[in-house]
Amino acid sequence: MSGNQRPIGDDDLQAYTDDRLSGDRLALMTAYLDEHPEFKQQIAADRRIRDVLRAQLAAKATEPIPTRLRIANIRAARRSLWAGRWRAIAAALVLFGAGGTSGWLLAQIQHPPASQPSSDFARTASVAKDATAAYRTFVVEVAHPVEVDAAHEGHLLQWLSKRLHHPLAAPDLSSFGYHLMGGRLLPADSTAAAQLMFENAEGKRLTVYVQAANGTETAFRYGRIGDAATFAWIDRGFGFAVTAAEDRDRLTPIAEAVYRSFAPDESALPRIGN
Amino acid sequence: MSTADATADILERHIPALRRYAFALTRDHDTADDLVQDCLERALTRWRLRQQEAEVLPWLFAILRNLYIDLYRRRQRRGVHTTIDEAIGIGHSVDQDSALDARDALAALDQLPEEQKSLLLLIGVEDLSYQDVARVLGVPIGTVMSRLSRARQRLRVILETGRHAVLRRVK
Repeated sequence: MSGNQRPIGDDDLQAYTDDRLSGDRLALMTAYLDEHPEFKQQIAADRRIRDVLRAQLAAKATEPIPTRLRIANIRAARRSLWAGRWRAIAAALVLFGAGGTSGWLLAQIQHPPASQPSSDFARTASVAKDATAAYRTFVVEVAHPVEVDAAHEGHLLQWLSKRLHHPLAAPDLSSFGYHLMGGRLLPADSTAAAQLMFENAEGKRLTVYVQAANGTETAFRYGRIGDAATFAWIDRGFGFAVTAAEDRDRLTPIAEAVYRSFAPDESALPRIGN
Repeated sequence: MSTADATADILERHIPALRRYAFALTRDHDTADDLVQDCLERALTRWRLRQQEAEVLPWLFAILRNLYIDLYRRRQRRGVHTTIDEAIGIGHSVDQDSALDARDALAALDQLPEEQKSLLLLIGVEDLSYQDVARVLGVPIGTVMSRLSRARQRLRVILETGRHAVLRRVK
């Protein structure tokens, strides 16, 4: 062992406690402890606590698992849940098809957007607020996070586009690990808003919110309510917001990708699936 | 064996560990099993999205932990929670001579914030590598090491004083 070894650190101490040191580091740590026996008590205490925790929890890992947790039963429960949900969604879509679009137009004529917030700042803030409220409501949903799921993406986007009177294409966020789960339609003042929900492999969710809004365009506006961070902006008569429990640095490139996917150049918009 | 059976086999093998972690977090048998059930449902729907090289167990722990955090957040909004006192002293020197009564380490663990709890459980009980724990918590490995040290110190203090020691923050 040479004298050029990296000095003993708190990380060595932790790894030693966990019996995860080997080779030179283990030898160095053992020598260090001989010179500094005061740490031995701390290590012994931490190990004793760990052993007690293991012992207290040991029974939990050996008891028979409940039948409802068998994968076959979870699969069967999902199949019957989906069958029921699809009947309900199909019924709702028939209703929308019959009176949806014309009713929405009528509402637009009779109630032109009443609130005309004075500044760009206030308008972006209002989009961000609505988006965050929608995020908080649906992101924690286990059973019904979305109204229409991504397996029917073409249909979903066509439906949402029709209701928003704007061709809507789902941004591709797979390079950030987020995949489209689906979406839903929401009321927003006298108009409608669409919420697209994405999820990463670890179950973290992100929403892209689109709402009809007055004005031409604004810069990105960043805000955070609790752990929900939001980037909002207004572009060509629509307010957009990207919301997730991410920090600002992680959310920025995602918001930029969403912005690009709704690019100002109309022709550059990806086609909507059938 | 069909692909579905193979998937079921892999997932079911991890159920005991998932139940143990979920119970340690919630301290309620039914809530723990609800979380495990949700976790398995999500794992099934995302089985193909999972990065192939990643180990299944850390991935499942990460899903379970996110579900627990969501649940905790919902309960907080409804006001059914106990606040975790963040005011314990960091850098409090350990009294080497005081007797350490570790008989109920699980109850003492309850007084730690979720992240410290998860660290101690995933490393000490579930035997995950530091690298895997870093993946579950979504933080760099160096952060795992420093937070592990702090979590252990805090748990030691709680058990040594026999109560949740509220000390002035010395940071």
